[in-house]
Amino acid sequence: MKIKGKTWKFGSNVNTDDIIPARYLNTIDEKELAKHCMESLDINFSKNVKRGDIIVADENFGCGSSREHAPIAIKGCGVSAVVAKSFARIFLRNSINIGLPLIEIEQTDKIKNGDEIEIDFENGILTNLSNNQSFHFSKYPEFLQNIIKNGGLMKWTAKKYIK
Amino acid sequence: MTITEKILANHCGQKEVVPGQFIEADVDLVLANDITGPIAIEEFEKIGAKKIFSPEKIVLVPDHFTPCKDIKSAELVKILRNFARKYGVRFYEIGKVGIEHALLPEEGLTLPGQLIIGADSHTCTYGAIGAFSTGVGSTDAAAAMISGKVWLKIPSTIRFIYYGKLNKYVGGKDLILWTIGKIGVDGALYKSMEFTGETIKTLPMDDRFTMCNMAIEAGAKNGIIEPDEITFSYFKNTLNNNIQNLKSDSDAKYEKTIEIDVSKIQPQVSAPHLPSNAKDVGEYKNVKIDQVVIGSCTNGRLSDLKKAAEILKGKKVNSQVRCIIIPATQKIYKQAVDEGLFDIFLESGCVIGPPTCGPCLGGHMGVLGKGETAISTTNRNFIGRMGDTKSFVYLANPEVAAASAIKGEICHPEEIK
Repeated sequence: MKIKGKTWKFGSNVNTDDIIPARYLNTIDEKELAKHCMESLDINFSKNVKRGDIIVADENFGCGSSREHAPIAIKGCGVSAVVAKSFARIFLRNSINIGLPLIEIEQTDKIKNGDEIEIDFENGILTNLSNNQSFHFSKYPEFLQNIIKNGGLMKWTAKKYIK
Repeated sequence: MTITEKILANHCGQKEVVPGQFIEADVDLVLANDITGPIAIEEFEKIGAKKIFSPEKIVLVPDHFTPCKDIKSAELVKILRNFARKYGVRFYEIGKVGIEHALLPEEGLTLPGQLIIGADSHTCTYGAIGAFSTGVGSTDAAAAMISGKVWLKIPSTIRFIYYGKLNKYVGGKDLILWTIGKIGVDGALYKSMEFTGETIKTLPMDDRFTMCNMAIEAGAKNGIIEPDEITFSYFKNTLNNNIQNLKSDSDAKYEKTIEIDVSKIQPQVSAPHLPSNAKDVGEYKNVKIDQVVIGSCTNGRLSDLKKAAEILKGKKVNSQVRCIIIPATQKIYKQAVDEGLFDIFLESGCVIGPPTCGPCLGGHMGVLGKGETAISTTNRNFIGRMGDTKSFVYLANPEVAAASAIKGEICHPEEIK
């Protein structure tokens, strides 16, 4: 599978309060959450982001709370993947569990805001189409790939445990 | 193996586990709250589950936006309440509920050696009693309600050895803020933080809860302290002897060991907007504050309130400041009343709220407006955490927060003597 999209660039330690502030957590509606995605950092993000766009950030993306509303809001905006140098652990597992692709690469500084990038999941290659630079990324370990292949944690669990 | 590795091995039926290995482990307790629970319940129902693996191992604690701040949050709590009635899982109603991470240990639901997951990042708190406990998401909680299992990657461990005598007004909060200041908000990303050393051996349980509670602020999977005499007496010596072996082997492998001389640590204050911006309280000059919050899963326990009361006794909260005290549970609330702490707080001009996470996450009962500054005993000071994105939160221990309430600016407790 390959995806292509325009990038939205953020810095390090983008936390879950940045992704979706707690004042909006009185709902679990994906569309409602999406409206406020990233608003502390960029008030117009949810208005301007297009389906298929890709978030690119530096270290420790998604740190802070366990709120699954964060990857839900990002997905709800139509964002197709998040690329970062590293991810906070609860955000990482939430994203795997709900099927939001995360890519870890070191060279996020070679990607500028608004660049067009392509992600080739099969071969683990990210290409910045704006400057034709390519980077390899590690695929998920087999254990996690298995969860993803089965359609996320709930489907994987249902298959194994719901008779 | 380390204590963390031992607990995880115990819960996946293996003799030994090594960092990096993926396991599916049995859970002893699954926690969710009024924010994360409704998503878990929605997932549970959407997949067509009809049965909970073990209802007594599920706990739903509506503590974030309760007593319900608006119609939407009332609807969220209704989802939890109805689910609890239908499946017979534990649910804490207003009048019984407290802040989850203070409530569960108090209720005896968390025990040394257990594996606990919670759809709340501060679930790592229970490491203080020698459990492996970690924050997960709503979907993890939903899956665990069905299977009784959670997938985990065995973390490597960083060992923190604290030694030396604590200075006056320095406690668990200062040790953990100082430590996060040293290693950064991702300094223990995916890893286990094991707190040990002679200082920890004599550190009271409430301070241990505070330290483990904030392990997540360094990105850690869990924080943990080996059970010892203090743990035994916390459980009023009801624990069986199995926990004697619940400690890291002398040849356990650590990724790193960091030794910390606590006699060099002064009360710490973390400046906006990261918990890692920790500095000695003395370094803050003329930082005026509008609000003080003393409470939360980090510092809302009885000893925290006592420490604050000691400073506030016979003094008045500055006329420019509002000081909000939130006992973490009903029991702590009652104990604070019985011990006369409420008299001290009320006479000094504080307001006392019901047990709730409320202001910590900018939910309710003390939200900051634009340009306002708070000093708080909570755990996060991210942009907009307690309200407007142009507000500012400083993190500190209860004595520093109380002293600052009196002075109207951030100060060392010695200053208001």
